[in-house]
Amino acid sequence: MSSVLAQNHFEIFSLPQSYALDRALLDARYRELQRAFHPDRFASAGDHERRVSIQQAAQINEAYQVLKDPLRRGQYLLELRGKVINDEQDTHQDPVFLMQQIELREALGEVRGLPDPLAALETLATDIRNQYAELQAALQLALDAGDDAAGEALVLVRRMQFFTRLQEEVQALEADLEDELF
Amino acid sequence: MALLQISEPGKSTDPHQHRFAAGIDLGTTNSLVASVRSGSADTLPDEQGRHLLPSVVRYTADGAPEVGQAAKLQAAHDPLNTIISVKRFMGRGVDDILTLGSMLPYEFIASESGMPLINTASGPRSPVQVSADILLELKRRTESTLGGDLSGVVITVPAYFDEAQRQATKDAGTLAGLKVLRLINEPTAAAVAYGLDRKADGVIAVYDLGGGTFDISILRLNQGVFEVLATAGDTALGGDDLDREIARWIMQQAGIGNAVDHALQRRLLDAACAAKEQLSEADEVELGVALDDGSQWHGSLSRQQMNELLEPLVRKTLAPCRRCLRDAGLRAGDITEVVMVGGSTRVPRVRSAVAEFFGREPLAEIDPDKVVAIGAAVQADMLVGNKPDEEMLLLDVIPLSLGIETMGGLTEKIVPRNTTIPVARAQEFTTFKDGQTAIALHVVQGERELVDDCRSLARFELRDIPPMTAGAARIRVTFQVDADGLLSVTALEQTSGAQAHIEVKPSYGLSDHEIESMLRASMESAGEDLQARRLREQQVEADRVLEALQSALQQDGDRLLDSQERAAIDAAAQALREVRDATDHQAIRRAVERVEAASAPYVERRMNASIQRAMAGHGVDEFK
Repeated sequence: MSSVLAQNHFEIFSLPQSYALDRALLDARYRELQRAFHPDRFASAGDHERRVSIQQAAQINEAYQVLKDPLRRGQYLLELRGKVINDEQDTHQDPVFLMQQIELREALGEVRGLPDPLAALETLATDIRNQYAELQAALQLALDAGDDAAGEALVLVRRMQFFTRLQEEVQALEADLEDELF
Repeated sequence: MALLQISEPGKSTDPHQHRFAAGIDLGTTNSLVASVRSGSADTLPDEQGRHLLPSVVRYTADGAPEVGQAAKLQAAHDPLNTIISVKRFMGRGVDDILTLGSMLPYEFIASESGMPLINTASGPRSPVQVSADILLELKRRTESTLGGDLSGVVITVPAYFDEAQRQATKDAGTLAGLKVLRLINEPTAAAVAYGLDRKADGVIAVYDLGGGTFDISILRLNQGVFEVLATAGDTALGGDDLDREIARWIMQQAGIGNAVDHALQRRLLDAACAAKEQLSEADEVELGVALDDGSQWHGSLSRQQMNELLEPLVRKTLAPCRRCLRDAGLRAGDITEVVMVGGSTRVPRVRSAVAEFFGREPLAEIDPDKVVAIGAAVQADMLVGNKPDEEMLLLDVIPLSLGIETMGGLTEKIVPRNTTIPVARAQEFTTFKDGQTAIALHVVQGERELVDDCRSLARFELRDIPPMTAGAARIRVTFQVDADGLLSVTALEQTSGAQAHIEVKPSYGLSDHEIESMLRASMESAGEDLQARRLREQQVEADRVLEALQSALQQDGDRLLDSQERAAIDAAAQALREVRDATDHQAIRRAVERVEAASAPYVERRMNASIQRAMAGHGVDEFK
């Protein structure tokens, strides 16, 4: 019997170790596990049991957060395969991709000066979401192809990181604009 | 011990035993207590039939403090000794409190630890003590209504309360002699009260405008699991501010300058609050305030005028609503129910603004003053084990990011806001000087980049790092947040094993020792024998542990334990039985701990066996 603490994130939920994910199944198993392990089930238990329950519930929460996020799930699968993603050391990126990132950032910077900034931001956000979805589809193919495509998968993960950061900036700008306008 | 809960959810060792439990809404303006009786949760009234206990405590030179209505009536005559809205001071330093506004009548002094004390006729009182006096009053009311001792309570806090405010609330519970099973967020409690009523899965937005705080939470309800998706709010915005806005208007109309004394301030606020309440029904009200020169000011206020006065505050609540939706990754149209909480949501303009924002009429079938206490009572009843078949589970989040100070006064976030709790996260740091043997860690909470803009939670030091070149040490800092939202931090230098651990106690909180000595003092004054109480508590605990262990061993002791392990457990249990009927509560406590230590591996094995059963029993289709 292996402890929750010793299992990898996919094992915790008895899910196949693949990028493709049945989200409804993950959600259902998450709820099932928390029903069994949440500290509320141990409200009148001894200190030791409560501690173990907190650790296990925290581990289940962490695994759930990683698996439900397309980028973190990809990173995690690569880690499980022994591929180290080093943020410091930039994976080689194609100049076309970098150019496109610069353009998206410029477009984001100009939103504020436009006549309807929120609508413009929405258009830009949709474009970013679509490109992110394409990267996700490509990552799934690369990860399914096994170790031969690991290099490609690393490049795709790195690109998804760019987009994630961009999406965070879109959200921050949206928050600022809404607070100013309403 | 919950050994039995793991293996047989739904079976209690003694199904006939009903434990008394209560949910407490410790509010800024009013507090309530609710309990589940004969299967339904309701708030408990006092002897005069009043459910709301004004959160007001008056301290006199002699005798016990007055709590509630009696104290509130004296507020205008004795403003310095009558503490109102103490919740606003919980977990705050003196500097924070002074920024809350100039209309506070109290004389604050800083204690040595930086915790603010209010000078009263009974001596200095901390906000935690004042809150404990309110809780004690509710405890008395509950125990006399239910006819027995409370096994445990759930106390609600605003979702947006930070770590220091939560810790202060829990301390107040302990100080009042209550076993605090959980702190739960007020909006979550309200969602429970409605969710269990309706049994409908969906996405619920809870708009909670209390006396002194504003919260918005978005939850997903799925087959009894309440998962908080995001929460946002403002801990310094509430119904009191609405009153203040109206009071300012009266001052303008009456030509009163800013230099008003405490008693007049109180009269102005009371008149404002009364006008606000009447305007929920009436279109116009007549107002009168006695001025200091003996004259009386008269005027009238229409609902339309009031709406205009309140509009900026109502708008101010919508910014957190937008942020909460964004954090949850949802749009207003995704919300299937809107729940209103707090007396201030009776103001018609507040309701219409919320209805416009979410595009649907908010629910208000359950009294917005009582809904939080009712939800908390349901949760408390479950936590003491009265409802073993209940499938309900609350998955809450931390409202504000937790992080650590790094070079240059910047914050490095370790646990971002809206992360589901419990959570454990680790991050590695290193030394920046050659031969550095200690590192100071500063734990902060908040969303801002600069440490100075965040709330400082604690500072501690990791020492005994072996001297190494700069950057060679690997210091792993682990944050663990429990289900109450309370934090503990561990730092470990991985090459040497040097370790430091702290339960985060806020900079102006109480130490465990202080709580214990205050508790002792309050019991002595209440004529209770602390020793006898402790002994009784430990005996109950011992019985529970032995009973649970016995039942577990019968089920799978032979399967999961080898003979040596079994012998160790049996010996510890026997030792506990021997001290159970003696009079030394500490000996019982130690024996309980030894039983727990001996059975620790067994408990883990049972937990794992239980998870495997939970997963193995289900086919893939069942989850869909």
